[in-house]
Amino acid sequence: MSTVDNEWPLFEVFIRARAGLEHKHAGSIHAPDAQMAIDHARDVYTRRQEGVSIWVVPSTQIVASDPADADALFEPARDKIYRHPTFYAIPDEVKNL
Amino acid sequence: MNAALFQYLLRLGDTSLVLGQRLGEWIGHAPALEEDLGLANLSLDLIGQARLLLTYAGEVEGRGRDEDALAYFRNEDEYRNLTLAEQPNGDFAQTIVRQCLLDAWQHEVYTALSGSSDARLAGIAAKSLKETKYHLRYSAGWLVRLGDGTAESQRRAQRALDELWRFTAEMFVADAVDAEIAAAGIGPPLESIAAGWVERVSAVLGEAKLVRPTDVPYSWHGKRGQHSEHLGYLLAEMQSLQRAHPGAQW
Repeated sequence: MSTVDNEWPLFEVFIRARAGLEHKHAGSIHAPDAQMAIDHARDVYTRRQEGVSIWVVPSTQIVASDPADADALFEPARDKIYRHPTFYAIPDEVKNL
Repeated sequence: MNAALFQYLLRLGDTSLVLGQRLGEWIGHAPALEEDLGLANLSLDLIGQARLLLTYAGEVEGRGRDEDALAYFRNEDEYRNLTLAEQPNGDFAQTIVRQCLLDAWQHEVYTALSGSSDARLAGIAAKSLKETKYHLRYSAGWLVRLGDGTAESQRRAQRALDELWRFTAEMFVADAVDAEIAAAGIGPPLESIAAGWVERVSAVLGEAKLVRPTDVPYSWHGKRGQHSEHLGYLLAEMQSLQRAHPGAQW
């Protein structure tokens, strides 16, 4: 490659909405380094009080499943409906299940 | 006393307002989307501080002027901001240097004012200090990355520092207003905040591998209403709508 890569690396941003909840993927941002990525994530994703904690992860560190493998990975679960707890008679006195 | 407090509040409020307006000029022009939002966030914090301070100033003055009357219907020579705040954005390095020098100053001032004998001002300062801590983290973080970055970013950061350093003397030159405010226990003696500012800024410059310029004895007098040539243009843009349509609302 003859061109210089001037793009900042990409980070995935995870935000915890409230204490006790899990961090959820919010999106991604560019930043020159991890510390600045936290600041950018704060400025981009928590402007409306969306969170109390931020994680950032270099996007290159995410290991993803291959969409081409989707059939092999996920199809076999389709006919195993007995894994859903839908075959139990629920007693009348149990509410909110 | 009220006359001095009015002037003192204008100095604080105008510095935040003018700096906030300057940062707003970056919107749509920043080097990256993330910085666009980052600079706009700082701008909105600063304008929020200005609203609280100018509202209070108007009440202290007692002539029925609210925040908008003070922001939009005072001329250049009635503005009391530090001269540094009105300096142009220049390149990103110049904006960051200006920001870091002023953030460090506001950090010292708001910390001291949080214990002010004036409860209203102490409350405004405590709120503003939380914002300022983030501002300083942002601007100092960038200054270190620019100063200790590439040859190009280092050159630009040092050039901006050399250009803007001469405006910093004004922060610590006390006049009659500062003396009266300090004597009343409302604000800190300026020499007491100078030491903290020097220590904080020197640490950042050291980490950024930037050379601290020589102090210049000449001081600028923005806080007395004698400004550099840049403020007039800024106010003309900021005030044009209210001057053309007084009292216009969203």
